Amino acid sequence: MIRTVAGRELRALFLSPLAWSLLGVAMLILAWLFLVQIESFMQLQPKLIAGASELGVTDLVIAPLFDSGAMILLLLTPLLTMRLLCDEYRSGTIRLLFSSPLSSTQIVLGKYLAVLGVFGLLLLLAALMPLSLLLGGALDLGRLAAALFGLGLLLACYGAIGLFLSSMTEQPAVAAISTYGLLLFLWIVNLSGTDDRSSLFEWLSLSSHYRPFLDGVVRSGDLAYFLLLIAGSLLMTIHRLESRRRGD
Amino acid sequence: MAALIHIENLSRYYGDHCAVAGINFDLQPGEVLGFLGPNGAGKSTTMQIISGVLAPSSGSVRLDGFNLQEDPVRAKRTLGYLPEVPPLYPEMRVDEYLRYCARLHQIGTSDTDRAVARAKERCGLKPMGSRVIGNLSKGYQQRVGIAQAIIHNPRIIILDEPTSGLDPNQVREIRTLIRDLAEERGILLSTHILPEVQSLCDRALILYQGGLVYSGPVSQQQRNRLLITLATDDAENGYLTTLPGVLQVEPLSPHQFRLTLSDKCSPADIAEAIVKHGGQLCELRTDQDDLERIFTQATLGGRVQ
Repeated sequence: MIRTVAGRELRALFLSPLAWSLLGVAMLILAWLFLVQIESFMQLQPKLIAGASELGVTDLVIAPLFDSGAMILLLLTPLLTMRLLCDEYRSGTIRLLFSSPLSSTQIVLGKYLAVLGVFGLLLLLAALMPLSLLLGGALDLGRLAAALFGLGLLLACYGAIGLFLSSMTEQPAVAAISTYGLLLFLWIVNLSGTDDRSSLFEWLSLSSHYRPFLDGVVRSGDLAYFLLLIAGSLLMTIHRLESRRRGD
Repeated sequence: MAALIHIENLSRYYGDHCAVAGINFDLQPGEVLGFLGPNGAGKSTTMQIISGVLAPSSGSVRLDGFNLQEDPVRAKRTLGYLPEVPPLYPEMRVDEYLRYCARLHQIGTSDTDRAVARAKERCGLKPMGSRVIGNLSKGYQQRVGIAQAIIHNPRIIILDEPTSGLDPNQVREIRTLIRDLAEERGILLSTHILPEVQSLCDRALILYQGGLVYSGPVSQQQRNRLLITLATDDAENGYLTTLPGVLQVEPLSPHQFRLTLSDKCSPADIAEAIVKHGGQLCELRTDQDDLERIFTQATLGGRVQ
């Protein structure tokens, strides 16, 4: 049942130009960033060799690419998630789902799975760029895997939060704007200060949990943070669907 | 046999506003139940509650024996629902959409194609399979909505204004379809078209301001009222009021009258008396309360005509 809902959603996403343009724009910008990083790396390379530096292509190309990539995808994903549930509310097709032998959990998981499908494709395409460097040199593949894993978790988080906010309103634009707001806030909340009192903000921030992945560090604390955020958003979405049925 | 739909004390509030106030009714197999009421009476709300789209504020719904609140998945398997606005995805093709609906209603992959073909045939959608739903006319979209509701061959079918937006020919086809479907199932349908209820339904429910004000047959014989037609002119018919047993005479047209009789008087007595008076009796029949009369009486409370 979850697969049925996800399959329809994916098909709808790829039948409309939305998913394609999103993937296209994301790839274009990521590719541009990638090339810029490569170029600056080429300029730096003689100095690095002369100074016997330990920094390599993974530090100077891949980590910055994934760092700015996360921000760019933050700007694109709310457009993908905004319609997920609010379109169903607006067109009345939510009644088809509600009157079918499906639980709210299955509806939400189906929608979420569809989003993860698009993100999976995005991740795959994004992974091809650094992998292409293997043609001309060696990479720290473990670090690349960690960075990809981190980006995947981050995207899964974006998707879950976007899905939740899409369940809150019938206006796609409102869903998109509130998703931007929440994601950006979670991204920058750790900028408030660096003393001890701001450790809560530090913990709340998406970026402070994402960056360790780029250094190749996979910590269970960061993992738990992302999983908690995803599970929490999905549970709230399910709750929202149920309360919509009750009409609160 | 157990009732297909069993509703007990169903209420629904929107904030302080009471949309449905404690209604009770049953739907039996093989029955077509007409759901009537002025706009805003709570028809759609009730149908949405029965279909699981809305949760009731209080009361219970049993579908084919399964409690909708406690066992929603099993209860909803018995149900096909067409909302007021058909729940269509405009970007999908008809076949694609119906296959999706079939899968949602847990029809196995191997049976899906057969179910889609059957639903299309029943709703006259055979040539439309590869058309995009958004490009179909309103009438065809409505048919796709009906096809969606019957694709899994449910025992209970709930149709919210199934014939709205259709042309007269399509209306006739849909009515025939509903009658065919009713044979082994129970159908609850709402409409504003009273003759439709009269021709389709076995029983009517009338809702007014959230309460059930009428539940019964779509027409009622009134034994103590007669409709008569006389060939003679209005001026000569003054004697009708003086006939024994006649309590009231109500002229409907120069030649037609409605007589209210006392309990002891039979139609035969009246016929005899009129003939004795030299009145040329053309027609005499017992009056029926038709649905329009029942509806106006139930919803406005006043006497009619």
